[in-house]
Amino acid sequence: MIGLKALRHRIASIKSTQQITRAMKMVAAARLRRAQERIIEARPYAEKMREVLQSLSLRTNPEAHPLLMRREMKRVELLAITTDRGLCGSFNQNIFRRVERFLTEHHKDYAEISLTIVGRKGLEYFRRRQVPITRDYVGRFQETDYQAAATIGKDVVEAYTGETVDGVFLVYNEFRSPLVQRVMIKDLLPIEPLEVKSDYPAVEYIYEPSAEAILSELLPRYVEVQIYRALLESTAGELGARMTAMGSATENAQEMIEKLTLVYNKARQSAITTEMLEIVGGAEALR
Amino acid sequence: MAANFLLEVVTPHRLVASQEVDEITAPGAEGEFGVLPGHTPFFTTLKVGEVMFRAGKEERHMAVTWGFVEVLPDRVTILTEAAELAPEIDVERAKRAKDRAEKQLKQLRHEDKEFYSSMGALERAMNRLTVASRRR
Repeated sequence: MIGLKALRHRIASIKSTQQITRAMKMVAAARLRRAQERIIEARPYAEKMREVLQSLSLRTNPEAHPLLMRREMKRVELLAITTDRGLCGSFNQNIFRRVERFLTEHHKDYAEISLTIVGRKGLEYFRRRQVPITRDYVGRFQETDYQAAATIGKDVVEAYTGETVDGVFLVYNEFRSPLVQRVMIKDLLPIEPLEVKSDYPAVEYIYEPSAEAILSELLPRYVEVQIYRALLESTAGELGARMTAMGSATENAQEMIEKLTLVYNKARQSAITTEMLEIVGGAEALR
Repeated sequence: MAANFLLEVVTPHRLVASQEVDEITAPGAEGEFGVLPGHTPFFTTLKVGEVMFRAGKEERHMAVTWGFVEVLPDRVTILTEAAELAPEIDVERAKRAKDRAEKQLKQLRHEDKEFYSSMGALERAMNRLTVASRRR
């Protein structure tokens, strides 16, 4: 039998762990609401940008721009978005598994597959594996702001136009609901041709400078916007995953506390019974 | 012709403004331009600078960075990476950013890649300070 004192310590320690997991769950829940709002707030910007790109591609020769041009895909890069912090269930593992599946499925299709990692957890995982990591962004972004996406976007576009890579895929967790995240893999570069809606109002604008010049300024920003949205989705997903993970950790702790308290009470009771029997026995003997 | 038109200012972070205005001036890629109601459809990129919009007698100023403007006869949409109304500008922060950029520039030469990003940072910080000074 475990000593009573040891049991008491064990219960106290689980209780303090439970306090931490409960606090983490609440913090995640509070920040999640904000993160969800930001996804919605980013929508008008992204949609407007898309709309403008569509209308521009009607007036220019879209194939002419390097970011739209397709060339033979020899070296591709995966831009994988993971988290800096842990304790969020299988959130990062799902990304790892997807990336590894991509590697095994496509290692014959491309001469070279490299990784760009966002988030400390991803870097720690892939550093130990036989995959070249071109760039990483770790702990640099306290809060997901647009600047973060712009930095990553500029690096990616530069690698693409400098022809060190011929294609870039984005791997991230999409936020479905606080309980559900889904791993997505998307083409980032070259930019997919924008399907032009035929009913788009054909307004004849005066472009200043030319439509071509505006298009080539817009396309790199479009890449940034897509990365920004992926970062926002991932942040919200991370908080959702952490909330769920910490919620079940709190429940498990509760279950354990109850079990141990039962054991403790039984042990205490039997100790008291033994003691009383001894006293009674002692008193009997003196008679 | 309508006496006023709708102005919408959108950034990746939020909708900064959405209101009826009578007049706008904005820093276009090829120079400052003004918009009055019934403007011909016009599309341009923005550079770092100041957007002014007036509704009745009330004039408001806003610092913007890179973006673009779509002008339609009854509607103007400004999409920009960052937009702050003059009273919202954090002057202390802008000053710090300006000092930082100046310090970096002193150590860099024209050939350096960082030279242009520091120049950009300096330009944005100075622009914020200029716009902030229009508070009254």
